[in-house]
Amino acid sequence: MGAQKITIAVTGLNNIDSPGPGVPVIRGIKESKIFDARIIGLAYEHLEPGIYMEGLVDKTYMIPYPSKGKDALYERLMEIHQREKLDMIIPNFDAELFSFIKLESALNAQGIKTFLPTLEQFEERHKSNLPAYGKKYGVNVPKSQEAFSLADMQNILKSYEYPVMIKGKFYDAYKAYSIEQAAEHFSKLSAKWGFPVIVQDFIEGTEVNVIALGDGKGKVISAVAMRKQYITDKGKAWGGVTIADEAMLELTHKIISQTKWKGGMELELIRTKDNKLYILEINPRIPAWVYLAVGAGQNLPEALVKLAMGMNVSPYTDYKIGRMFIRYSWDMIVDIDRFSKLVTTGEL
Amino acid sequence: MKVKENIAISDNGFVFNPTTGDSFTLNNTGKEILLLIKGGKSMGEIKTTLLSSYDMDETTLDRYLLDFVSELRFNNLIDE
Repeated sequence: MGAQKITIAVTGLNNIDSPGPGVPVIRGIKESKIFDARIIGLAYEHLEPGIYMEGLVDKTYMIPYPSKGKDALYERLMEIHQREKLDMIIPNFDAELFSFIKLESALNAQGIKTFLPTLEQFEERHKSNLPAYGKKYGVNVPKSQEAFSLADMQNILKSYEYPVMIKGKFYDAYKAYSIEQAAEHFSKLSAKWGFPVIVQDFIEGTEVNVIALGDGKGKVISAVAMRKQYITDKGKAWGGVTIADEAMLELTHKIISQTKWKGGMELELIRTKDNKLYILEINPRIPAWVYLAVGAGQNLPEALVKLAMGMNVSPYTDYKIGRMFIRYSWDMIVDIDRFSKLVTTGEL
Repeated sequence: MKVKENIAISDNGFVFNPTTGDSFTLNNTGKEILLLIKGGKSMGEIKTTLLSSYDMDETTLDRYLLDFVSELRFNNLIDE
């Protein structure tokens, strides 16, 4: 029996210094022997590298920014659907997830599948809700509070010791050693990501992460633990290695079984010198280092597509330890005709 | 004293802790000592082996060996 033909739209083609997960998600799907996928790229910016990479997307369409609202997004998706007959969409940005979750049933009614967390799951794991999350599920989280204004933050900082972490609502985090530095980061983050800005205790330790996939019924379909080996000035892993840390995997199982998490997720953790694990963030989507999981033996993007298509999926039970990923940058040479076509017509 | 479970020691002296993701490089002497510990040798036996292979007095060996073992312990490579 041949591979099943399927058309999947994917966002997050921005393979830049703070990379989106779209490109490695597509690589995973393309390696599937179950699916023969036609990939439709959905892009926000004309220069997202994934649009131009050879053998990656079959066609790309520009879509409106999340700030334009879900109706504008739906309208554009329907235009694309009419031409491409989409079977599934995999959104890969935190900032767009709210709209996609809200549109889930409307998309489903049009025959387009997604496999996303529920709105409740999405909301309760927000950075700003982390203390309540830690209490509810019995997991260690650093002390953190939301600041809605500079005065608010200055007041909050009275009960914190420096250094502190100042974090954006969706992305970016900076360490601050003084109130002046904190104020500078606050302005930058609120301008970029809006409010609230999060003030969080700085926890000293080793940064470790888990990528996972929950089936929405409490079962972990895939989970791989990784230690960051090289971290860029943007806090992104540029190299990492799979590790056999039972405590990290147990924590993942605990969270997914308690919350009945549906979809991909990333746990950002810190292991302290006294061997305690703290959850810094729970990202509600597949992370950009997903291809390491594929390389270690768990094709998480393929499993996600199978779940969305209602197929039976057996949970992965192990993965290769000591597999590494090392990112690199690569200059592509692109004819300006392709760029101009995308800019003028919104598709390529 | 024993090397923690799963610690991988390659022929070229590269040591990988699969639980933490830490990696280290050892020179030949360091690798020899770690392999002796892994082989279940006591500190006394390790000292005897090293004294027979290297031109070194016991006091100097003691100093370097204790220092090295405490580094192994600090980096979570051995258990008591």
